[in-house]
Parts: sequence; structure tokens; C-alpha cells
Amino acid sequence: MTQASRPTPLAPGSGPGRRGVVGGLFGLTAAALAAPVLTACGGGPKVDPKTVTFGSNGADAAPKSAYAAVTKAFTRDSGLKVATNTVDHDTFQKSITSYLQGTPDDVFTWFAGYRMQYFAKKGLATPLDDVWEKLGDGFSDATRQLSRGEDGTYYFVPLYNYPWAVFYRKSLFAERGYEAPATWDEFIALAKRMRADGLDPVASGYGGGDSWSVLGAFDYLNLRANGYDFHMALMRGETSWTDQRTTRVLDLWRELTPHYQKSGGGRSWQDAAQSLLDKKTGMAVIGLFLGQQVTDEKIRADLDFFAFPEIDPAHGQDAVEAPTDGFMLSRRPKNEDGAKKFLTYLGGAAAEEAYMKADPSNLAVNEKASTASYNPLQKKSAELIARAKHISQFADRDSDPGFISTVVLPGLTEWLGHPDDGAATLKKIESQRSRFFTA
Amino acid sequence: MPPATSSPSRLGRGDRLFLALVVGVPLLALLALVWLPALASIALSFTTWDGIELSGIHGTGFENYTQILTNYPPFWPAVGHNVLWLLFTALLPTPFGVFLAYHLDHRIRFTRFYQTAIFLPMVLSLAVVGFIWEIIYDPDTGLLNSLLDAAGSSGHIDWLGDPDLNLWAVLVASAWRHTGYIMILYLAGLKSFDPSLKEAAALDGANGRQTFFRVVLPALKPVNVIIVVVTVMESLRAFDIVYVLGGGTGSKPGMELLSLLITDNIVGESGHIGYGSALAVLLLLVSLAAIGAFLVQTFRKEDA
Repeated sequence: MTQASRPTPLAPGSGPGRRGVVGGLFGLTAAALAAPVLTACGGGPKVDPKTVTFGSNGADAAPKSAYAAVTKAFTRDSGLKVATNTVDHDTFQKSITSYLQGTPDDVFTWFAGYRMQYFAKKGLATPLDDVWEKLGDGFSDATRQLSRGEDGTYYFVPLYNYPWAVFYRKSLFAERGYEAPATWDEFIALAKRMRADGLDPVASGYGGGDSWSVLGAFDYLNLRANGYDFHMALMRGETSWTDQRTTRVLDLWRELTPHYQKSGGGRSWQDAAQSLLDKKTGMAVIGLFLGQQVTDEKIRADLDFFAFPEIDPAHGQDAVEAPTDGFMLSRRPKNEDGAKKFLTYLGGAAAEEAYMKADPSNLAVNEKASTASYNPLQKKSAELIARAKHISQFADRDSDPGFISTVVLPGLTEWLGHPDDGAATLKKIESQRSRFFTA
Repeated sequence: MPPATSSPSRLGRGDRLFLALVVGVPLLALLALVWLPALASIALSFTTWDGIELSGIHGTGFENYTQILTNYPPFWPAVGHNVLWLLFTALLPTPFGVFLAYHLDHRIRFTRFYQTAIFLPMVLSLAVVGFIWEIIYDPDTGLLNSLLDAAGSSGHIDWLGDPDLNLWAVLVASAWRHTGYIMILYLAGLKSFDPSLKEAAALDGANGRQTFFRVVLPALKPVNVIIVVVTVMESLRAFDIVYVLGGGTGSKPGMELLSLLITDNIVGESGHIGYGSALAVLLLLVSLAAIGAFLVQTFRKEDA
């Protein structure tokens, strides 16, 4: 606007005036824009030496009440308060990178394996060697190995693990005279028999955000057919996905997919699990967390599982997929002493017992924790894991989670819709491998 | 009034300060909130970065772009889906919304009720819309499959899980929302339409169809421009409803869209910020080209 065309100024004394209003509005806008900057300078809330903050992904009813029981017991023992900040499981995972870089809670729930090592390597977690000195010797070598970063330092305190297996209802098997299969051929024969009996043999629900659930079958097929070493090499991006052995996995899987419950791509895992509990499906490849779906204790007593059947006798059933959950310490904890006390408590037998009492779908990893309260399913699970020569975590924990969620899962779920020889699917996955595993 | 010191054509100190504030604050906001992120995205698109330490940024030139265009399986399907989304939205729900608006503008009974009912999906929050359609499409207990069962078809259709079908299922849900939006926009235009034009057309012997296409539609040109722009923008930035119906974990086979591929790479545990930024820049270029071409075309005619 040129000065010549500038309109005459407002008549004075006519109320607040246009300029006043406009100015006021801009003042407000400026204040609103400045607000986040100013609060960011404030350094966050004051540090209370009597409080430890705890970020939890246990938002479902069972884990939530279990964590509440654990923190309450800790407060009683130590006099330190725990401020728990619970976030939905999937949301927690998705925002973890920005969460850890912002102002994370002192202690947070996380997973063992590659997923933990990644953040340790990036310097987003505090080493926990001194906590482990106090934790003592209640842990197996496999568990210790899982708690260390690539640099050999401890970064993780495990709480529990749970096995994946093939679950079924004992009463259904007894009614129909089915027997738990030990080999792949027996497994396929059983599925065919169930099909003839009008059952959907294998429960399937990988719709919406649940596509991860197909990885259980993939991992076990690979572990049984090609062994633990090949599986881990594949997960770490060290072998080609177009390898003959990976093709073999899809070929085997293709023998099983006709026996999957239909429309799995639109069903949640919870609905698939429910169909097993309702005896509409015969079996389910799933983790012990299936128990969190059970509301009727009679059904819990009727649940049983068998280890994923043997495919190659050279590998037998020597590997068990048993993801381990636990805790890490963020990189600049506000109350480091309190947080380490809390972590020491969490790794101890008392915490594990308190947790298992409220959520019986997991197993304590601390060998000193009492197993007296275990139900038969937990006892059998503990034996399964104790017998295993190799323990894998889960594809999205043993591998780069971004690679699994944006490349492998879309590939596999698309393939499950139209199972073919898998050459095109595996080629697609292979084409992206180098983008995720360069270093 | 002393002539030398305060001529009306010169600005006083207070005026200057005020103008500087009024221009400066929005300018800063625009720079900080729009231009800075946009330029940062463009700059990052030539790098690789895991999103953690700034020292982790490494330049790679056009590597991200060549990778995306030649070696990224979901990219071309996503482009195809965006085009399909645009065509579908432009050909079905948009004309249908205009059609509804035209008829609801007449004095038919219960017109207020219809208007409200059709606009309702736009009022609902997206999480609710997603939830409603999840219930309709559920393979076991969903409304659609139950109706099909009742009608005697034993087919168990996996609406949201089948990669050949799920995009269409989502398009229907999106059309359900979009129709009401277009209807309200057009209805507002029709309300401001001069009824004497219609009377004149009727006197000249034009039938209903002729009146609409020869008189009403050309007279409502400003509204038409808005509707076309809204439709194109909604199609290119389509994201929310697919994200919600896909389970909130990123792109699903059969439902890849450019916007989802961006979040696939940027949001999540191990981010590929550079790669995702390159995708975002591509989407920005496509959007600018589409909208720019249309606006230039429209306003050039007007000036002539």
C-alpha cells in the first residue's frame, strides 16, 4: 500500500478502535506462538528426589493392574513414590524415538533384543552395569546376553518372558480324538482332519494394526526348517531374502494357509483368539498372552499348547520364540539414584512375584522368583523355555523394526491373501534390505 | 496542525512500530511454521538421517529420489491409488453432493432434516467414523457380512483385509463423508443465487436440466472453483480415514497412499527422515502442479 492511498486515520475516541482490536489479536497470537518456546526454556517440572517417573506401555487391564501392584510394593519397601505414565502399547512403540529424545520418564518399559540394542547404540539409554551387580545371579546366560548392548554393557532389566506355541483346547481335542502333532506332516494331517470335521483348523487374525501376529508362524517355520543361525542372520539383514531357504519357508507356509480361518486380514488377533476359546477354530499359533483374553477360569484350565512341530530333524524343536519384556533407563534421568533403586527392585524376585500374581500370562525370568503360584500352563511354558537350546525374541524385536513393519509385514500379509511361490514377494523384500542394514 | 512535523502522509513512530508488529508477527509465524519446515524437508530429502543426532545427517544427492522412483515397491501402487482416489471422488461423491444440494434447495418437505442427516458424517470426529466403518466391515460380526448372510450368500468377504477390495471399501467410507461436505458448500452457494435468473430461464422455456447446466452452474463459478480445489486437495492429501481403517500402523497392502508412505518412513522406531522427506517433496510437487494448473487456467480466463 502506498502512503498516498493510506486512508485517513481513525477518529479518536470511538471505543477501542480497529487498531486496538487488531493489535490485541496480534498480541494474543504472538503470545500463543511464544508459549511453547517459553515453556521449553523452563526446564520442565521440578525434580522431586522422592519420586521416580515410570513410562509404561501396559495399557491393557491385566498388565496395568500388574504394574500398579509392583509399583505399590516398591513404594512400601523404599519410601520412593513412582509416578506412572501409561501409554497405549502401539502408540508407545510408534513414538519411542521422539519420546526418548524429549523428556522421557526415568524408567520405561521396553523389549530385549535388537530393539533395545538400537537405542543403546544411539546413546538414548543409560548403562546399567551397577544395577546388574546388585541384581545377583538369578538369571540364565541367555537372559544376560539379551540384556546387553552390542558393546557388552548392560542396558536392560528383564521382567518376564512368554513363549509362542500352538495353542488348543484340551476338551476339544479329547472330544474329537485329536492328538497333538510332533512333526509337520502330522500337523498338516491334523489340520485336514479338522477341516473335514467342519472346524476352521488354524485361527487367523492379522487385520488392522495386528499384522505382526503373522510373524509367529513365519519365525517358527524358518527356525524349524532352516535353524536358529539362519533365522538370526536373516533377521539381522545378513542374508538375502531371495535365498532358497527363505523360499522354502513360504512353500511350507503355503501348505498351511488353506487351513487358515478365512478373512484373517480383516480380523483382530483378539477376535481370532476368541474363536479358539469358543471352539470355532481348532488351533492357534500365538503367544502365552492369549491368556489375557480369558475371562472364565474354567477355560483357562482347559487351554493347552504343543511346541511348533518339527520340520527338519537336524533342528528338531530346539528353538523357542520367547520375547522378553523389561525396563530401560532413559539417557538423562531426573532422579538417577531413585530410578536405579527402582530398577534393582524390578529385577528382583519380589517384583516378579507381585507381577505374576496380577498377570498370569507371563513367566518370571529371575530364577529365584517363586513359581508356586504358576498355573499348569505357566509351568509347561517354563519347561518349554528351559529345554530350549536357542531362544529367539520375535521378528520385530530380532530385526530392525522399521524393516519388519514397513517392508516385511506388508509383503507377507499381501502374500497371505494369495499365497503363490512367493518369488515376487521375496524379491520386493530383498530390494529394500540394503536401505535398512547398511552399517 | 503544524505542517512540517506531522504531515498526514508520513508515519509516526507509533504507526511504524504498529505496522512492524502487524506485518512482522504473522511473517515470523509464516516463516517459522510454514516455510522453515517446508525448506527443511526439501533440504533433508537430499540426505539420510535417522532422526536422532544432528551429526547423523549425511548428504546423498539424488539417491533418495532415484531409489523411490526405481526401487520402492509400494511407490507406484501408491501413486495409482491416489489417482484412483481423485477420479473416484471427482466422479461420484462430488457430483452427488451437488445433486443433493440442488434438490434440497427446493422447498421439499423435511429439507432441514435431510441436510442435517447428510452433513452428519462431516461433524463426527474421524476416529468415530473409522470405528463406525470398522463395525460395518468386520468379517465375522460386521453389518455388511451379516446382511449378505441373511440374503443367502455364504461368501465370507474380507472387506478391509483383501488387498484387491480394501481400497474400494475405504473409498466408500470416504465418499460417505465427502458428499455431505460438498453438499453444504454448494447449498451455501445456491442460497446466494439470484432467483430471478431462474425465473427468466423458465420464461424462456428452459427445462430443469437446462436451467441447471446453462444458468445455475455458470453463475456459481466461484463455488465451483472451491469445490474442485477441495476435491483435488482432499484426494491428494487423503490419509486420515485410510490410516484409521488400516489399524493406525501405516500403509497396508492394497491401501498404499503417498501420504501414508511418508509416515511409514518418518514416524516409527527407526526413522528414515531423508527418504520420507523425499516422498513428501514429491507429493508437494504433485499437489502444487495440480492446484497451480487449475488456478492458472481458471483465473486466466477471468482476466481475459
